Amino acid sequence: MLGYLIEKEFKLAFRDAIIPRITLVMPLVIMLVMPLVADMEMKSINICIADSDRSGYSARLTGKIAASPRFVLAGLPATYREAMSSIEAGAADMILEIPFEFERSLASRHTAHVTISANSTDAVRGGMGSSYLTGILNDFARELHEERSPAVGMSAAPAVTVQNMFNLRLDYKTLMIPALMVMLLTLMCGFLPALSIVGEKESGTIEQMNVTPVGKFTFIFAKLIPFWVIGFVTLFIAMTVAALLYGLVPAGSLAVICLLAAIYILAMSGMGLMISNYSNTMQQAMLIMFFFMMIMLMMSGLFTPVSSMPQWAQAVTVIDPLKYFIDAMRLVYLKGSSLSQLGRETAALLVFAAVFNGWAIWSYKKRK
Amino acid sequence: MKNNSPFSVHRNSPFIALAGKEFRHIFRDVRTILLLLVMPAAQIILFGFAVTTEIKETPIAVFDPSKNVSTARLIKRIDASEYFRVEQMLHHPDEITGVFGEGKIRLALVFGDGFGGSPALDGRASLQIVADATDPNQAGTLTQYLSAVIGDEYRSQLPAADAPPSIVPVVKMLYNPEMKSVYNFVPGVMGLIFLLICAMMTSISIVRERETGTMEVLLASPVKPSLIIAAKAVPYLALSAVNYCTVLLLSVLVLGVPVAGSLALLTVASSLYIVVSLLLGLFISTVVRTQKAAMIASGMGLMIPVMLLSGLIFPVANMPVALQWLSSVVPARWYIRAMRGIMIEGLPLTAVRLEIAVLCAMGVVLLVVSLKKFKVRLE
Amino acid sequence: MKTGDTSIRVRDLTKRFGTFTAVDRICFDVKEGEIFGFLGANGAGKTTAMRILCGLSKPTSGEGTVAGCDIADAEQIKRRIGYMSQKFSLYENLKVWENIRLFAGIYGISAKETARRTDEMLERIGFAHGKNALVKSLPLGWKQKLAFSTAIFHHPKIVFLDEPTGGVDPVTRRQFWELICEASERGVTVFVTTHYMDEAEYCHRVSIMVDGRIEALDTPQNLRAKYQANSMDEVFRQLAGKAKRMENCKK
Repeated sequence: MLGYLIEKEFKLAFRDAIIPRITLVMPLVIMLVMPLVADMEMKSINICIADSDRSGYSARLTGKIAASPRFVLAGLPATYREAMSSIEAGAADMILEIPFEFERSLASRHTAHVTISANSTDAVRGGMGSSYLTGILNDFARELHEERSPAVGMSAAPAVTVQNMFNLRLDYKTLMIPALMVMLLTLMCGFLPALSIVGEKESGTIEQMNVTPVGKFTFIFAKLIPFWVIGFVTLFIAMTVAALLYGLVPAGSLAVICLLAAIYILAMSGMGLMISNYSNTMQQAMLIMFFFMMIMLMMSGLFTPVSSMPQWAQAVTVIDPLKYFIDAMRLVYLKGSSLSQLGRETAALLVFAAVFNGWAIWSYKKRK
Repeated sequence: MKNNSPFSVHRNSPFIALAGKEFRHIFRDVRTILLLLVMPAAQIILFGFAVTTEIKETPIAVFDPSKNVSTARLIKRIDASEYFRVEQMLHHPDEITGVFGEGKIRLALVFGDGFGGSPALDGRASLQIVADATDPNQAGTLTQYLSAVIGDEYRSQLPAADAPPSIVPVVKMLYNPEMKSVYNFVPGVMGLIFLLICAMMTSISIVRERETGTMEVLLASPVKPSLIIAAKAVPYLALSAVNYCTVLLLSVLVLGVPVAGSLALLTVASSLYIVVSLLLGLFISTVVRTQKAAMIASGMGLMIPVMLLSGLIFPVANMPVALQWLSSVVPARWYIRAMRGIMIEGLPLTAVRLEIAVLCAMGVVLLVVSLKKFKVRLE
Repeated sequence: MKTGDTSIRVRDLTKRFGTFTAVDRICFDVKEGEIFGFLGANGAGKTTAMRILCGLSKPTSGEGTVAGCDIADAEQIKRRIGYMSQKFSLYENLKVWENIRLFAGIYGISAKETARRTDEMLERIGFAHGKNALVKSLPLGWKQKLAFSTAIFHHPKIVFLDEPTGGVDPVTRRQFWELICEASERGVTVFVTTHYMDEAEYCHRVSIMVDGRIEALDTPQNLRAKYQANSMDEVFRQLAGKAKRMENCKK
């Protein structure tokens, strides 16, 4: 009996006007466009430098900033007001004001003040811009120090070296790509099942199924299988694009990725079917799914690290399946973590799969 | 239909009768209405509180082979800082890979040789910060913070005369002194919500009428087709107005985001965007045939571009030039820019005239194209 | 007509939605092989009663058996019945034979047997050429005949038909009823609701529901005699005219 139902679901899925196309197009679009868009790396911050000192030091500092790959010199206005108007026009992101007697103050008193004004409407951009600029100021100060007293150095302080691991090119895309794969699976395997049962409700075929001896479990299970296949097709297309275009191949085992993806797809489809059970129209199903999807995405650590969230929000993320799969995918893809290191994530995903599907079966009522 | 329904007013005006029908239609579905009203509130709260990149109490691992007063003092100082928490002491530097592999700890501090028994260092001391650079932004910030804490510790031990010169920056965070990320998100959430309600819901509801056949009935009546469509938009306009107020009130009262510019201008810009969204919904309904297609067209064709290209989450300035060009056909991009200008930066109309003009132009184009397509359908 | 054992037996069946009583203590018996017409105005409660008998809805109280099974045991009933709903409900995106194969498979008929019966069935209704057509491409008349043939494909003891001929032209309706009569001759009990009173004349016995109760139950001839009417249409109008409930208000 199950065999016939699965056959029906496959035929319906592949004969659908949209599903096969979207299975192919979505991963391509997401993987081609998203990594380029989701680049939170701060390149080309436009800076205006208002230099009232016009000394050797201030010229050197200006040159140093202009030479930095992060900054683009957007202008050298004479006054702060002039600089402000280019911020308002959107031509500049930040202003550095070098005050009169900057060089003299540094030479005589060992210290000088400058003013950084950053447009922080986008707090991340403003914050990172000013911290990069502060870094350049510190470097400049150290340079001056070494020129003046090369022998003294900072002998008392230990030399600090920094070593980066895993993402040696410091490429933000490398971080985003595995997480984008998760987002992709979530969209495909969350939304499509959400439309599945409610679609049968709208067309009336569900009545016909309800008067047959088909069991709840069989009916739901037959619905899940095609999404599994769709999910894996999507995932493999995405992984191929990642490998060919961005040169990103998993550091860990493919088997672990497949195993986790299999559990995750099951969990998301279960959630979709569950929502489908509670909706009477496709519009409703779509809206409910969108609501949860939005929250789950924002809380998942896809865009901002979970560890930065306030305590209550971190507590909420415990029930976010996306978070576990994003963590797991990043770990396997970038750090090559083994299944034993992913015990927590695997267990959590299994629990989600069991709960969502159990709920979907329970809430599917053949009889009212 | 019972006559005491609050919406069944003057039946003699076809427009009011039609709009009344639409209201009844969507307000009978309590769940949908609730979702549409709760969703923006939930999003504002989440964006406002939960979505930040602030660094605090980051767990780190430490490898300290010498274990003496000097190293203990530094470790204590790091642990005491608001940015870090010493989570784990390692027995060997090789353990770092394993610890990073579990994902919780993202930074390790490795003490080298030269940390003798006394607090004074003999000049050979070295420290290594090992960062998990999977998130390069976070790794960069974390190493910068940790280096600063270490530098402070040793600078405090130096006699003042030997200290290097310092350039002290006075940092002014314009428009958003508390660096709240929500400043960036309030306009974005509005852009998203209006699109969801106006474009998506309108297109689905028009297409559904066509699917169920009731559209035929309406078109067969003496009411003008444009009036039928306009009536469809009324409840969604009302919902948008309610949401506009909710989002504004929430952001001012709960999140403390002030309305720096003119409220009237803000309302005008938002109304313009709402109208453009409705027209987008109408346009979608003229090109698709089924509800499912309408959903996918508005979901994939509108929602995803808004999330990605409008500057809601990712700054447009960071995108490759081709995508920046592409993003300029997304109405939300212009709306969000105008909103940021008016609401956060407090700019006057002259500063956002380009954005407003683009939105107007988009509205006109959509209206003309949809009307043409709609007429073709009828013939 | 075989008049054997009781196929459906219903006693005091009641269904309430909140304070609204959709089906009010109805009692009746249907014999094996009988064509039982279940009439009533819109909102009289026929569809609700039928859904209980099919195991789609739980009764509030009362008892009954369908094809020898208690109505509490819905899953057992479902193995023994066929059902065709008001809404056309074959899968539009499946071909004719694929729909048949799906439902046959659900009832556990072997693939070989299904193939044989499919050809035989399509031959009988004169639709062998349409075997590979997508259901959504068919005219409504064929869809209805197919839905009925699919509903009795697994040789159920009883088939429930909920307004099977809505929106179909008179010629197709006539053909449809020929199919129903053939099924009845083979011993299938046919439980049918309809709004066409000419169709009621084809039934062996007819019940008329008014406001959730069964107001009359007899053969069409006896009913006409009792209400001194020339046609079932008149009988129906006399009875349904007594209804106090507003039409459709349960929705």
